[in-house]
Amino acid sequence: MPLLEVNNLKQHFISKKGFLSEKRVVKAVDGVSLKVEKGKTLGVVGESGCGKSSLGRSILRLVQPTEGSVKFQGKEVTDLNALEMKKLRREMQIVFQDPYASLNPRSTIREILEAPLKIHNVGNKKERKKVIEELVERIGIRKDQLNNYPHEFSGGQRQRIGIARALALNPKLIVADEPVSALDVSVQSQVLNLMLELQQEMDLSYLFISHDLSVVQHISDQVAVMYLGKIVEFGDVERIYNHPMHPYTQALLSALPIPDPKQKRERIILEGDLPSPINPPSGCPFHTRCPFATKECKEVVPALEEKTDNHFAACIHI
Amino acid sequence: MVRRMINSPLTILGLVLVLLIIITAIFAPVIATHNPTEVNLLSKLEGPSGEHFFGTDEVGRDIFSRIVYGTRISLKIGLLVVLISFPIGTILGAIAGYIGGRIDQIIMRATDIFLSFPGIILAMSIAAALGPSIENVLLALAATWWPWYTRIVRSSVLSLKNSEFIEASRALGANPFRILFKEVIPNAIAPASIQASLDLGFVILAAAGLSFIGLGAQPPSPEWGAMLSSSREIIRDAWWAATFPGIAILITVLGFNLMGDGLRDVLDPKQR
Repeated sequence: MPLLEVNNLKQHFISKKGFLSEKRVVKAVDGVSLKVEKGKTLGVVGESGCGKSSLGRSILRLVQPTEGSVKFQGKEVTDLNALEMKKLRREMQIVFQDPYASLNPRSTIREILEAPLKIHNVGNKKERKKVIEELVERIGIRKDQLNNYPHEFSGGQRQRIGIARALALNPKLIVADEPVSALDVSVQSQVLNLMLELQQEMDLSYLFISHDLSVVQHISDQVAVMYLGKIVEFGDVERIYNHPMHPYTQALLSALPIPDPKQKRERIILEGDLPSPINPPSGCPFHTRCPFATKECKEVVPALEEKTDNHFAACIHI
Repeated sequence: MVRRMINSPLTILGLVLVLLIIITAIFAPVIATHNPTEVNLLSKLEGPSGEHFFGTDEVGRDIFSRIVYGTRISLKIGLLVVLISFPIGTILGAIAGYIGGRIDQIIMRATDIFLSFPGIILAMSIAAALGPSIENVLLALAATWWPWYTRIVRSSVLSLKNSEFIEASRALGANPFRILFKEVIPNAIAPASIQASLDLGFVILAAAGLSFIGLGAQPPSPEWGAMLSSSREIIRDAWWAATFPGIAILITVLGFNLMGDGLRDVLDPKQR
């Protein structure tokens, strides 16, 4: 049984401008299915606005999903009541993108890290203190910095504090929503390696959301490529990066720089912008920008099918 | 922050005035030269002199001592009104902004109703309905003041409530009560607290106004507004009886305003 199983999840937002205009539905996540195995990392890549972050928030029920099912350890999450949901929150946590916005500027680091323990009534004051001290030691922040405020730390340190907060309750799943994209490259690798070490030690599973292909390649076991609220390709990381099948994935990967000046590569340049999720194209969502699109693509919505061994793609031409 | 405050002479002036007022209120018995309510008909309506710095009123009470003791009353009213209306306004504003929906509608329409009356008129009618006394002036002013804080806090909460740190708290399973008091309010309170420091002066002015028209402090009490009121009839013969209480009100309101403005400039660089 996978740790997390998402089936046909939809997250639609209703946007209404002015009281006379008609309601418009933004289909941020439109029928996503995926699995995260215990101790593994599923990377979710896609360009800005494709619904990656909405997917993470909807899995954690920070926004209530419109439709579909989310199963955590075989248990349906979407219809839990408030009390059951609170219990489950110990098991699944989130790390945010912006380390400057994700820590309360008026709380000390000790207060920030103690909050999850207090909310779930873990231990007494002394035990909590011990847990917090172990946590900061683990993420490389000194004990005597516990009474400092977030603005006294660098971006990388803040992000590690954000990770420590997510880990305080010993969760099984972490949704990491672009956890390194706000950091300098040198600090990125520090934080990524910390996440990998913690994964080993605590047997964590990650749902790692990012637009950065190299970061996802580095950390993931499996990769899902998202486009306009749908998954267009899914498979093991080596297969996706070495043998991309979907034209969108191929275009994305062709933009990855190769650290070898002699090697020639073909760059696939996509024309146009990401279509609006309010009014998505008919048929295959990618047909407006796909270099191989045919007439059929405008009419048929391609299903995500297993094309070769454990390698799924949503394209009628493969 | 301290340096920026020192760089502004007006802020310093405000701070000095406020400090002076507070010291006067605390050490009133030491500073006052006479008993503020002692009637001495032999020395009524005397002009300012070495014995009576600010002269005496129509029943011979020492105006200087009355003003000194009046500081206590005015400061008490100002502080208590703000201390009552500020928490009420803050909590209602935070609830309205954070929860939104129907609750927001109800709270904000209530503030609209309160704000649609001129403050002093509303306070007058409440004070008149409750009967003239200092306590009722307090209640009346608190009832007219809270909607301002509600509006200010609500608008800061609206800009805060989608921050990632609030979302992080929800992801941890914190209940709305905890989020409101530990995460939202501490971050939304700064602009409203600056407003509160400015309001101290206005509250004192409004309380003096209510006492002036007879709805607040009653005659023997050395309240500045009441003193002004009773000096109306003798103003042609004894200019000092009206002038010095007026100056006391002016200095107090000015002091709190300058201090509040200075605080705003220091704490909120966007306003400059």
